[in-house]
Amino acid sequence: MAQLEQCGGTSSDSWVVAGRTFHSRLIVGTGKYRDYQENADAAEAAGAEMVTVAVRRVNLTDPNEPMLVDYLKPDRFTFLPNTAGCFTGEDAVRTLRLAREAGDWNLVKLEVLSDPETLYPDMVETLRALEMLVADGFDVMVYASDDPVMARRLEDAGAAAIMPLGAPIGSGLGLQNKLNLRLIAEQAGVPVLVDAGIGTPSDAAIAMELGCDAVLLNTAIAEAQDPIGMARAMKLAVEAGRLAYLSGRMPTRKYGSASSPEHGKIS
Amino acid sequence: MNTQTSSAPAGQKVSLVLNGEPRSVAVGTRVDALLKTLGIVGGKVAVERNRAIVPRSQFSEVELLQGDEIEIVRFVGGG
Repeated sequence: MAQLEQCGGTSSDSWVVAGRTFHSRLIVGTGKYRDYQENADAAEAAGAEMVTVAVRRVNLTDPNEPMLVDYLKPDRFTFLPNTAGCFTGEDAVRTLRLAREAGDWNLVKLEVLSDPETLYPDMVETLRALEMLVADGFDVMVYASDDPVMARRLEDAGAAAIMPLGAPIGSGLGLQNKLNLRLIAEQAGVPVLVDAGIGTPSDAAIAMELGCDAVLLNTAIAEAQDPIGMARAMKLAVEAGRLAYLSGRMPTRKYGSASSPEHGKIS
Repeated sequence: MNTQTSSAPAGQKVSLVLNGEPRSVAVGTRVDALLKTLGIVGGKVAVERNRAIVPRSQFSEVELLQGDEIEIVRFVGGG
């Protein structure tokens, strides 16, 4: 469970997933950038400690093409291997076993997609794959639909973190169901991260205000006109949203409530 | 640690499917030699042989056999 101690700032604020402590609450992807250098600069500007990575065949016609690990150093960033592009539980498990061998660590991101158009997660396959991975010793952060019931099922099955979507992957449409995201964050005993759909920093701030432990995003930074500037904006938004959550927002009212005294008016 | 031995005669080639493409290598080629031949040096790669992981510690022991399906993967950018 994430630490929620009051701190009056974000410097001593941290969260824990599968026994690993992080201070940054912004996880960034490593896809869609112009090149790995820009990617590395953006990850630094975002203050990220964890980055998602994909597992793909080595290009045998050019085995010495630029390598991710030459720019985003595994000793600087925790790599979170994903199963992007997998449509069955078996494919996802196979991919993550290769990732574990390549990276020598067992913290992974599971996503099992349903169709290439919406990229919406197939939660039946996801749950099945999660059970296989947990049995195989993985710590699994699970990309999920924004269904609080399914989130509970994932936690019961041993998920290390629940990562509901805000909107379809790469859509930038923002948080489509804040009610469900709040319910998931409130009920979970493991970290909850909004993963996918964040388009702009205010989306990330709202996710944090809802009580999420962190956010995971890629396209919102990579496809910004200035990815480095946007990475910094996202960092500030996540910190602002987190601090707002810890500080407890004011109640809403239906009508106006004056901030200046009623007494002593000159007329 | 089980070192596999090919039954093919010496001097001949064995046919593989490597990252989805047909390829042949000399009989007796082991995983470490294959990686070297392909120019894959450094970086973190993982190797799968007929859907089973080949641990890095066994790269110098596991010999490639006729019909093997080999996958060599690494980390790339992704969201």
